[in-house]
Amino acid sequence: MERIYIFKRFERFWHWSQALLIILMMVTGFEIHGSWSLLGYGDASELHTSAAWALIALWLFAIFWHFTTGEWRQYIPTTENLVAMLRYYLSGIFTHAPHPFHPTRLTKHNPLQRLAYLGVKLMINPLIWLSGLAYLYYNEINAAGFGLDLGLVAMLHTIGAFLMLAFLVVHVYVITTGDTWSSQLKAMITGWEEIEDPQEGVKP
Amino acid sequence: MKTNRSNRRALSWRALSWRALSWRAALLAAAVAGAAFQGGVVLAATKASTADHAKFKELQQGFASGPEVTRACLICHTEAAKQVHKTKHWTWEFLNPENGQKLGKKNVINNFCISIPSNYPFCTSCHVGYGWKDANFDFTAEENVDCLVCHDTTGSYRKLPGLAGHPPYQDTEIPPGSGKFAKAVDLTKVAQKVGKTSRDTCGACHFFGGGGDGVKHGDMDSSLAAPDKALDVHMDATGLDFTCGTCHRTASHDVPGSRYTPVARDTEGAHIPGRQDDSLPATCPACHGQVPHKGGGHAAKLNDHVDVVACQTCHIPQIARGGVATKMSWDWSTAGQMGPDGKPMLKKDEAGRVIYDSKKGDFVLGENVVPEYRWFNGEVTYTLLGDRVDQGEGVTRINRLGGSASDGRSLIWPMKVFVGVQPYDPVNHTLVTPHTAGNDDTAYWKNFGWEKAIKTGMQVSGAPFSGQVDFVRTEMSWPITHMVAPKEDAVRCGECHMKGGRLEKVGGVYIPGRDANPLIDLVGWLMAGGALLGALVHGGLRIVRRNG
Repeated sequence: MERIYIFKRFERFWHWSQALLIILMMVTGFEIHGSWSLLGYGDASELHTSAAWALIALWLFAIFWHFTTGEWRQYIPTTENLVAMLRYYLSGIFTHAPHPFHPTRLTKHNPLQRLAYLGVKLMINPLIWLSGLAYLYYNEINAAGFGLDLGLVAMLHTIGAFLMLAFLVVHVYVITTGDTWSSQLKAMITGWEEIEDPQEGVKP
Repeated sequence: MKTNRSNRRALSWRALSWRALSWRAALLAAAVAGAAFQGGVVLAATKASTADHAKFKELQQGFASGPEVTRACLICHTEAAKQVHKTKHWTWEFLNPENGQKLGKKNVINNFCISIPSNYPFCTSCHVGYGWKDANFDFTAEENVDCLVCHDTTGSYRKLPGLAGHPPYQDTEIPPGSGKFAKAVDLTKVAQKVGKTSRDTCGACHFFGGGGDGVKHGDMDSSLAAPDKALDVHMDATGLDFTCGTCHRTASHDVPGSRYTPVARDTEGAHIPGRQDDSLPATCPACHGQVPHKGGGHAAKLNDHVDVVACQTCHIPQIARGGVATKMSWDWSTAGQMGPDGKPMLKKDEAGRVIYDSKKGDFVLGENVVPEYRWFNGEVTYTLLGDRVDQGEGVTRINRLGGSASDGRSLIWPMKVFVGVQPYDPVNHTLVTPHTAGNDDTAYWKNFGWEKAIKTGMQVSGAPFSGQVDFVRTEMSWPITHMVAPKEDAVRCGECHMKGGRLEKVGGVYIPGRDANPLIDLVGWLMAGGALLGALVHGGLRIVRRNG
């Protein structure tokens, strides 16, 4: 048993505040969409907008952090172990097979995680942000001469929201598939992950 | 002073003007003392005129009739009658330049008291003139202009139905045989105290349109004579204290604001003295501009609505809020039923309001009514006498309002939609103009026979009548613009941004919270639900297999 320091302080701050904001935006966003009624439309809309700006600010910091620390490389897709990971999730996990992937400081994420997070960053997030900003500045954009259709903007934003919701559900479940049910959760809280059989673990 | 003013609320509106005078005097004194600030608003000493009409020799005499007073007025106000002659208030006629329709009270038919031509002496008690009793009225006579009805400040000047626009010069029994007498008006006193128009003078007719208090408009009734802030944030008698003329800022006696060619979407900015500006002064943007909500965030989002929603839609949450009910429907087809004694009768509801009148039929009344909402671009087309009307073709629109989401000139407006059932000629397929008021052999309100009444009325209108009478369902839309509530009472976001909300029936616009693509919702929830189900099954299997 060994412990490695995987998630640094900023990374954890970024992750959890992002998680909080995204859940808040899910709750308020689907209220704006008419799926339920909790806060009242006006308050939901205002909170959704404020949370959006907070998340945008957080994102700017996170993007800066990723590039200055080189952490962006964590999301470069790889096929190495990809099939093994899939096989593990589909069968090995049920039969106490050894985990095919062991995180290190240089490769925190297994190949499926890499793909999933890259998908979020390159597809879902841009879709949500672009459609969300268009939603927010719909009047100004159209005043500038673009014939934007609010229904279409809202539809794209809703598609983004559903994709994010599906990601959130899967993500919350899949992080229970580490060495133990809670090892990955603990790592994101404390920064430290306990590894049963480290191969190339590097101490901080 | 504040207590004194609050007490005004409790007074009936007719009694008000007397109080208002002494009250204004008190105000003036306060203003002179430099203490006229209340809530940041300067309660103007500007109400004081530079002229005291009681000191004018021309008015220090007995007057036998209204026209005599007018002649005295015109000695100084040489152009006044000529100006009035050009207005709709005088001609009751209006040629709609957009569609060529000949409108005006004289010509239109509505679904309240229906039409004017054979009923002049009664209807013209709301004409700004004297003596319009039939089609031969002299519209060119300057002394026929009634100055006092608009410029009275005493509250004692009153024109009675049946007197063709004259006030009672002797004590007059009204209605005849009722034992109730209207006192003769003291023309000298009224003339010596003339002043600016007021909520009371405009309201004497406009609050009572359709034959009674609040009947017609829904957003105008006698409660606006001295409203509180909750009823009308601008007219608030203890606050901003606007008169009608504050918004309907009148020059040369021509009052801006029209129900025939209204401005549905004012795209001008706020009016600023010194700047060239020909747009209507009675719209909201005329003062509030195109960016009415101040601040960022929420205010900015509200401002995003101004190209879609009329100010009135959010800021007039209900109509008839002042305790006076408005008529929502009027069924003429049930008129003529007599009481057990064989005489015309009235039926009243629990609140003591008339809901059946043998002369008029059944009414439905409403207070605190949530308006209906429609796209409106200011185009109004009337169904006029001679236009084809057919029972089988559904509801006849007395006025059809133009507008759509896509024409670039429309906003979503609140409307009072008034429903009627009224007589028509099923052979000629036209609306009819019954002779209702009068003491003759054919007037419906005296004789209760439709055929005779309509025959007389149609003769006066110069229109053919087959002799057959049937009834047709009609509908009339009244854009709502008065009774603006304080901002804290404005319609909440969620009252429209919801399914089944206020704007449920308004098409052509995507309203978040109301509209959604059902397919994307279905696929989206299936996807999220599927992910959850997958996680539960996968996790369940892990538990079973690992522990088992």
